[in-house]
Amino acid sequence: MLRMLRQIVRIGTITERLATSDAYERLGRELEDAVKKRFAGSLAIRQVDAGSCNGCELEIHAANNPYYDIERFGVHFTASPRFADMLLVTGPVSVNMKTALEMTYEATPDPKLVVAVGDCAEHCGVFGRENYAIAGCVSDIIPVDVVVHGCPPTPSDIIRGILAAIDRMP
Amino acid sequence: MRHLANTWFAERLGDSGIRTIYLADHHPAHMPCLEIMRLDWLRAAEQARRLEMRFVAVWAAGAGCHDQDRGARHGLYAYMAFAHPEHCHALLRTPLADENPSLPSIAGEFVAASRMERHMADMFGITIEAAPDARPWIRHEHWPRGAHPLRDDFDGKNPMPPCPCSGDYDFVRSASSGVYEIPVGPVHAGIIEPGHFRFLAVGEQILNMEERLGYVHKGIERAMQGRDAASGAKLAARISGDSAVAHAWAFAQASEYAAGIKPPRRASLIRGILCERERMANHIGDIGAICNDAAFAFMHMQMQRLREDMARLHQEIFGHRLLFDTIVPGGVTVDLGEAQLARLERQTRAIAAEVEHLRSIYADHPSIQERVIGSGVVSVDDARDIGLLGFAGRASGNYPDARIEEAYPPYDELKVHVAEGKSGDVATRVWVRFEEIADSARLIGEMVERMPDGPIAAEWTPPEPGVSGFAAIEGWRGEIAAWVRFGEKGLIDRYFVRDPSVINWLGLELAVREVPVPDFPLNNKSFNCSYSGNDL
Ligand code: SF4
Repeated sequence: MLRMLRQIVRIGTITERLATSDAYERLGRELEDAVKKRFAGSLAIRQVDAGSCNGCELEIHAANNPYYDIERFGVHFTASPRFADMLLVTGPVSVNMKTALEMTYEATPDPKLVVAVGDCAEHCGVFGRENYAIAGCVSDIIPVDVVVHGCPPTPSDIIRGILAAIDRMP
Repeated sequence: MRHLANTWFAERLGDSGIRTIYLADHHPAHMPCLEIMRLDWLRAAEQARRLEMRFVAVWAAGAGCHDQDRGARHGLYAYMAFAHPEHCHALLRTPLADENPSLPSIAGEFVAASRMERHMADMFGITIEAAPDARPWIRHEHWPRGAHPLRDDFDGKNPMPPCPCSGDYDFVRSASSGVYEIPVGPVHAGIIEPGHFRFLAVGEQILNMEERLGYVHKGIERAMQGRDAASGAKLAARISGDSAVAHAWAFAQASEYAAGIKPPRRASLIRGILCERERMANHIGDIGAICNDAAFAFMHMQMQRLREDMARLHQEIFGHRLLFDTIVPGGVTVDLGEAQLARLERQTRAIAAEVEHLRSIYADHPSIQERVIGSGVVSVDDARDIGLLGFAGRASGNYPDARIEEAYPPYDELKVHVAEGKSGDVATRVWVRFEEIADSARLIGEMVERMPDGPIAAEWTPPEPGVSGFAAIEGWRGEIAAWVRFGEKGLIDRYFVRDPSVINWLGLELAVREVPVPDFPLNNKSFNCSYSGNDL
């Protein structure tokens, strides 16, 4: 126990200021004030891998590490879409995941936001649209509010994209 | 690199009356491809079993250019690969009938073949005779009837139209009223890939857990066809993002063997450094995550910090946090200056030292030890039966390591230490991972020291049409087996790859029998198999 405490003290707090990013894009939909207010304090996210290579998942994990500590912005990941305010979707949507993605979207209560993370989510990436196993990019299947570019996007880009979706920049 | 033809397997097969024809358009010669008669398929597998060879993979491919030149009557071939600790890998192939192709199952000899045979049945419409499990695997219920994506006549360019479901997947069930089913997934609770687990449980104990995968099937094998080698390497790096280096290396090395190109020494050493860094980063991340699943958040935070430090240096030096697109056929894309080599070496050493320190805290922490010791055991015999790979195999008394068996450069001049575990529980899998972090760090130090001057890539010239190559690369999860064949204009006409997860997923099913349901996540993480690498 003592050694754990010593380690914690030795490393200290390493959380950094969030880097700026231009790797995301807000799509059309203007947010209603009510939504902004409602999500401003805390935002629950359900992550859905709709067919990713798992590279994007590694960077979403990293957004939770002590350097980026996404939770300090009141953002946390939840285990069920039923408690979620936002879906964070990665990957090209595979034919075999399409139904699960649609069902997850349906199961998420309104109002809800969708952030598409990564080049695959945005435009099917290296796997391509001309592919029997790919149903489309995320916005082909469900409405998307923000897309974050990158293969995979960096943790800062992902956090910026999430905050852009709720219109709340630090 | 050994250039001697490896005739060991051909001779052994000959002894038992199985005639083999050596295929000269397959490389490298030390991992030969032998053609046998379809009649001998099962007997050859039996023979491999008797010779204590390890089953590597079974797959199918259409006829290549050469096969067509030979005026082959056959449009389809089945392949299987085995490895022997001393005699390296050997491939066998046999022609299949054009009409209603069929092949006897070898799953009776090698259990792990079953899912690969199901994959062949789904992709090519090959009937597997006497298959112990004839359910579809990658093919989900809503696929159109008769859709076999790797057949030439299949339209690979347009998304398959959704069709009414053709019934439900036939999960293993229990007739007993005391057993209840817990379906989990495909969308899981954490930030992980999708797949379905079906538990049969009695009270808290798991009686049986069955995996249903294929959700992230992205048509990778088909998407490889018609690409040039450079674009193939990009796709290979994204077969499983956490193994971007190892997969790109497997693809590149198979292609180089086919083309008869030898990457410069400097390139091989840089590849080695990349691969060992990838191994360290993933083991570090996973150890943290395993501890987190046992509510030991301290370790998780510390390990994530170290992993992030590694990612940042990768960004600075290689231009990518996860080392994507650093390996191309012929060599690597990034050269390392003296200063960069020194920084890599210094950080590697510092991280290994920190991990050792954290390891002592982990070892002294009774609440985590309670959870990991004795949980999720895969016995030595079971591990041998399924051919468990990588660190999971090494935790269960099975020590296959392509870095030693094939000793491809740069490992031909390095000595890899194998962590020899036996107990096969979560604690041992964690122990092997700790050992491997230390060994990778040592190897990186040696590679930095040995780094010669010279170019970082040989010029890539594709092989003539019809030539194939095979490679086995030890990624952090275990051996990745890759087979590539080129067609006209230097374009890929077939790529088959077997991620270690295809086999190791079976290990998880075995491990969690009699484990309490709440300990499942911990066990799952201790294997951390790739869904994407399995589903392709
Ligand atoms: S964007 Fe890149 S990292 Fe993300 S899922 Fe696609 S290929 Fe993988």
